[in-house]
Amino acid sequence: MRQSDLKLDGNAIAGLLREIFTMEMTNAESTCAGCGKVHAVGRVDVYLNAPGVVVRCPACEQVLMRIVRGRGRYWIDLTGTRCLEFKE
Amino acid sequence: MAFISRGFRGKRRDTASGSRVPPGQHVVDDFPVLSAGPTPRVPLSEWSFSIVGELDEPKTWTWDEFRRLPSETVSVDIHCVTKWSKLDTSWTGVSVETILEGVETAADYAVAYCDGGYTTNLPVDDLRGRQAWIAFEYDGQPLDPEHGGPARLLVPHLYLWKSAKWVRGISLQAEDEPGFWESNGYHNRGDPWREQRYWGD
Repeated sequence: MRQSDLKLDGNAIAGLLREIFTMEMTNAESTCAGCGKVHAVGRVDVYLNAPGVVVRCPACEQVLMRIVRGRGRYWIDLTGTRCLEFKE
Repeated sequence: MAFISRGFRGKRRDTASGSRVPPGQHVVDDFPVLSAGPTPRVPLSEWSFSIVGELDEPKTWTWDEFRRLPSETVSVDIHCVTKWSKLDTSWTGVSVETILEGVETAADYAVAYCDGGYTTNLPVDDLRGRQAWIAFEYDGQPLDPEHGGPARLLVPHLYLWKSAKWVRGISLQAEDEPGFWESNGYHNRGDPWREQRYWGD
């Protein structure tokens, strides 16, 4: 498998984010804490073939979110996301 | 595209090799690629490996210098926390014991750091004693970038996320500092025989 097969977009975690936030999140906008660019969650880079989900900024490749699920728990790191904006 | 159903495996190796497969793991014959980001591609002319942190003088090897260090070929079983194990994998590399030869340090902890920003933490004791290598060949061939080439850490007695791909150095530290996965839910040590997968295991 080549690298291009491993990188997906935010739609790949639409279901997972709906589980966590209990709402549709692909239209939410995330601000990268590294470069400051804003992207719709549906358009961010997602790596699923890993011990957890790694979400990266499509502009600078910095990690926006890490989501680990195991033993009936979630661990979510949002330090790379300065702001997550979405409708109520 | 595979047209053979996953259940149709022919001879199962799991049973015969049961004592070599840690709890909760199954044996695979392929070599799955796991990646938390884009594959870095650093030319060998720009590659180096360093030991930094708690030692008198940081040490750095260029690729050519690194390749002149004594290396060895080992056959080991590897265990990924995503539940696959691969038996009898052949790697060539320089043992971390060799790299740390002559390094005076009081550090008990290490952090391996990598191109692409990945890190993983280990006790120094898990790196010494010819049980950890900086591997640059897999199965007699230069290590493919998808699998961590030009060089990756190989610590087969711990879950494979500790065997950091694209490794560029080791920082020796007085304090333990959780790495990329260890800081977000994954176990600090990751012993597959104790099923140390997540925090609290």
